[in-house]
Amino acid sequence: MREITLSKAVNEAIAEEMRRDSTIFLMGEDVAEAGTPFKVLSGLVEEFGTERIVDTPISEPGFMGLAVGAAMTGSRPIVDLMFGDFIFLVMDQLCNQAAKTHYMSGGKLSVPLVLRTNLGATRRSAAQHSQSLHALVAHIPGLKVAMPSSAYEAKGLMKTAIRDENPVVIFEDKLMYNDKAPVPEEEYLIPFGEANILREGRDITLIGTSSMVQVCEKAADMLAEQGIEAEVIDPRTLVPLDEDSLINSVKKTSRAIVVDEGHQSYGITGEIASRLNEKAFYYLDAPVQRMGAMDVPVPFSPALEDITVPTPERVFEQALKSVKGELFHGA
Amino acid sequence: MSRNSKKSNDEAYVRMYQQMVRIRAFEDNANKLYLAAKMPGLTHMYSGQEAVAVGICEALKSTDKITSTHRGHGHCVAKGADFKEMFCELLGKEEGYCRGKGGSMHIADQENGNLGANAIVGGSAGIATGAALSAKHLGKDDVTVCFFGDGALGQGLLYEVMNMAALWNLPVIYACENNLYGEYTKVEEMAAGELTARAKAFGIESHIVDGQDVLAVNKLSQDLVARARKGEGPFFMQLNTYRYHGHHVGDINREYYRPKSEEELWKTERDPISNFAKWLLKEKVLTEAELNQIEKDVQQDAKDAVTYAEAADYPDVSEVTLHVYKQNQGEGASQ
Ligand SMILES: Cc1ncc(C[n+]2csc(CCOP(=O)(O)OP(=O)(O)O)c2C)c(N)n1
Ligand SMILES: [Mg+2]
Repeated sequence: MREITLSKAVNEAIAEEMRRDSTIFLMGEDVAEAGTPFKVLSGLVEEFGTERIVDTPISEPGFMGLAVGAAMTGSRPIVDLMFGDFIFLVMDQLCNQAAKTHYMSGGKLSVPLVLRTNLGATRRSAAQHSQSLHALVAHIPGLKVAMPSSAYEAKGLMKTAIRDENPVVIFEDKLMYNDKAPVPEEEYLIPFGEANILREGRDITLIGTSSMVQVCEKAADMLAEQGIEAEVIDPRTLVPLDEDSLINSVKKTSRAIVVDEGHQSYGITGEIASRLNEKAFYYLDAPVQRMGAMDVPVPFSPALEDITVPTPERVFEQALKSVKGELFHGA
Repeated sequence: MSRNSKKSNDEAYVRMYQQMVRIRAFEDNANKLYLAAKMPGLTHMYSGQEAVAVGICEALKSTDKITSTHRGHGHCVAKGADFKEMFCELLGKEEGYCRGKGGSMHIADQENGNLGANAIVGGSAGIATGAALSAKHLGKDDVTVCFFGDGALGQGLLYEVMNMAALWNLPVIYACENNLYGEYTKVEEMAAGELTARAKAFGIESHIVDGQDVLAVNKLSQDLVARARKGEGPFFMQLNTYRYHGHHVGDINREYYRPKSEEELWKTERDPISNFAKWLLKEKVLTEAELNQIEKDVQQDAKDAVTYAEAADYPDVSEVTLHVYKQNQGEGASQ
């Protein structure tokens, strides 16, 4: 099968959907001629023109609001938010407006829009360009949240997001744009709420989101060398969450670590760990572990930044402790 | 440019020249560090816009405040920062102004009234206006200058705070550096109508000035700062200028949005430093030899600072959790 970059996969997904449905348009900063700073959208304006690939002023709350109104009235907008950190600027329009409209209108209005943005640290971009803020929106009922972990996921999830009748936020890892993966030429969609089991194992379940899936896979390789079989699962969407796949895996392995790049406190790892505790408690042989980013603003200095995010080595160490029964309270 | 006849001004002229040369030298060295892969991440260079930061900051005292942008090295130098701490910050070293935690986009220099660069476009409009409110509230006569680019005119926050600044006569000056582009897009594609009309709508006195002419910038700034200090603010300045490099150091192939000929025109005919040098010679403020000496000293200073910063230590890893919260009096050590 051919291999393409995550960036190309996103580009293809959007182009295919825009060819299929003329109500779709995309807007954001430097999306047209520049094709975004990460060059993800290069070529789209040439095909679809500036009426459908729209460069906006640097007015995030403004164009987010426009997207909500457009989505309520028959268009299907895709909003490009250059950095996930800017989600704080659009929170009102996204969470007070888009997320609640369908519910508040008793099901009469709907907001089929996609907000595509990114996450991920270790790019030396400091505290306002490195955050992983998906937990914030996952907290708000009415929003769906997708977290592609490879080019394959990025394409399939994007196409599903565009066809969804609800506001969907997609977080791409900006360090993965050039990573290649096999992606079929034929059309495919990845349904929301279906986790992907990347690797089966019986000793411990490693649940990872976005680029943390790779971290978990590397940790699983290291564990394999020690004769420990880790199962690696990627939920792919946080909302909806494929709880069953996660729970079934943990029932089998009786141990789990949840790895996510958002801050550890009050985040995705805690949410998933808690669901496992609630629904698989009597199958567990060790406490479910959370591994998120440190609870600090992302520091600029490489000497500090690299220790703020989970690494394969640290996941490996933690998994080893779990399997060996060395996890004690307070340890 | 018109020569203000008083000889006592010569010191200020020389200082402004020096500061502009220092900014240029700082940026050239930052670019070299980037190209040599010695600088973590990217940086946005101020080269070409020196007269704006220097002309304005020369009109400020050190307790006056500024807020800066992602393109913030120039503001930082102009407000009185040292090369050593700046380069250390750019390289993520412990002795940097922010102990390596901020980097290029968050460089700040509290002691000289620089409240910091900002990686959120328009993100400092509230901070600047709040600093002005605070000065008024605390009975201080400090003035705050809010530097921002033409692109920041897209941010609604600016209009909310300009309204309050006007209602409450706050001592703040909005300095809009119109370098014709926000990233890869022309200003006229991002901002409808006249730029200054925005401020005028709030009854804010607005001026347009040639941002390549340090004397013109300084003259206007002296006037507005003095008046803002007396409670006659706020004011709005549109400074027409140009960035010589790409949006950031990695923006090399940029002819699709900006022709080379345009860049050449600004660099050769409108360069704020060489034009001011010519004026200083003509007015006999400095000789050719003195100009060269300034250049040489500044280059040496920059070189030494880079060498120092390269050899300096990274922060200890224990610093990662330090400064998330400020310790209250009587509290134990922060965890
Ligand atoms: C809120 C926000 N939106 C977008 C960006 C990405 N971005 C960084 S600089 C920039 C252009 C800013 O243009 P301008 O204000 O004119 O400043 P200049 O770069 O020309 O100095 C953009 C869009 C950002 N940092 N913050
Ligand atoms: Mg600009």
